[in-house]
Amino acid sequence: MRSLAVIGQRLEALASQPVLDAEAAPELLSLGEEVLEHWVSAQGREPTRDTREGFRLLALHRQGCTDEPSFNACRETCRELVYHYNLVSLEPQHPGTGQRLRMMTLVANHLFLFVAGKLQVRELGDFCCASRPLRQEAAPPDPA
Amino acid sequence: MSATRDKYQKVAYYPGCALEGTAHSYNRSTQAVGKALGLDLVEVKNWNCCGAMEVKNIDPKLQTYLSSRVMSIAASEMKMDVVMAPCNGCYHNLKKAEYDLAHDPKSAEVVDRLSKKAGHATYQAGQVETIHALDWIKLGLGEEGLRQRLRGSLKGLKVANYYGCMYTRPRHIFPEKDQGPGSESTSKPHYMDDLLAVAGAVNVEFPLKTACCGGAHTLSDSDTSTKLVLNIIRAAEAAGAEVIATECPTCHSGLEMHQVRAEKKFGQATRVKIVYFTQLLGMALGLSPKQVGVHENVSDSLDFFKEKGIA
Repeated sequence: MRSLAVIGQRLEALASQPVLDAEAAPELLSLGEEVLEHWVSAQGREPTRDTREGFRLLALHRQGCTDEPSFNACRETCRELVYHYNLVSLEPQHPGTGQRLRMMTLVANHLFLFVAGKLQVRELGDFCCASRPLRQEAAPPDPA
Repeated sequence: MSATRDKYQKVAYYPGCALEGTAHSYNRSTQAVGKALGLDLVEVKNWNCCGAMEVKNIDPKLQTYLSSRVMSIAASEMKMDVVMAPCNGCYHNLKKAEYDLAHDPKSAEVVDRLSKKAGHATYQAGQVETIHALDWIKLGLGEEGLRQRLRGSLKGLKVANYYGCMYTRPRHIFPEKDQGPGSESTSKPHYMDDLLAVAGAVNVEFPLKTACCGGAHTLSDSDTSTKLVLNIIRAAEAAGAEVIATECPTCHSGLEMHQVRAEKKFGQATRVKIVYFTQLLGMALGLSPKQVGVHENVSDSLDFFKEKGIA
């Protein structure tokens, strides 16, 4: 597993290329998986090799949400990554492939930025996406 | 007229704190658009903060109470059936309070105790329906109704619609969404796209429409927020957007402020304009840029809209 810094540099390098070919799609998907591996490992878990809906990325995301509902903040980002991978893989000769890869790169970069940020500040996404459960054990005492 | 349309003609308006401060232009444009569309807004009397992030993070039940008080006033004192909150944070918190009161007896007990102590009626789950400004226009008027009232057009303006996170997450507090054709989608929301398309905009394919902007961490971890926002803006520009349309004051001010910060801190200049969807709709309804507060945004985009022939 490459370091997050190396993954970030690779994504930035891909984002700065004027044109990408269809072979970039599996690499971007793989970079997304590596980003999620970092999150799962940081939670003390072994990153899953399973797939969900045919994609390890989605299985890793699911695993990353265990006990951490705010990780759902990147659910749609993961699904968009898979969606763009499917678009490029199923129609590599499509005239829109270049644009799809450009968007896929930025989606993968967003996943990287979110996870890297959340590894530094765990509460990222907590307010907005998780709607912190009321019944969590650590909840403070009731107001008077 | 359908029951929903009838119900949304006159709603209790809960602007929330942000719309009285940094998002004044959202408040101004929402009210101006409502007037132009013939939809009535009656501001909730003596409203309070919804609990936002600060209270929720310290004491979630107190946040439930604060949101329930707003709904209690609308239901018991104003006899309204619908509360409209244009702010995603307020909208989210009222929906969350509604959910918690319906599903957690302990929350209901705390809300009842605090309501009695404060001397107002205890809000009971289901007394009012909380909606967003997008629901209000999309379902209260409909696309055909909007089309009939247009006095101008957005003239093919390329728009990336950014909904932010709180409009759709977590899914369980929005039971009316994901109900098939006509309902809003939590994974790919489209109400803003639908309304702006009627007004003459061209919606670009934008894959980060609900992506995290790091909004809640804009002060505590500014660099992460700036990078997330910059990536959202880059994606919008790469998709061909001239404008990012917003429907949340937190998202909007985050996008505008971090757009400036990204240039200063990271040397990454971007050109896309960031405006509230109500400002765009207002201009398509024939309102002047000043009437919808374009001059009150962080970045004044008046010249841009004049050049496009929209203002």
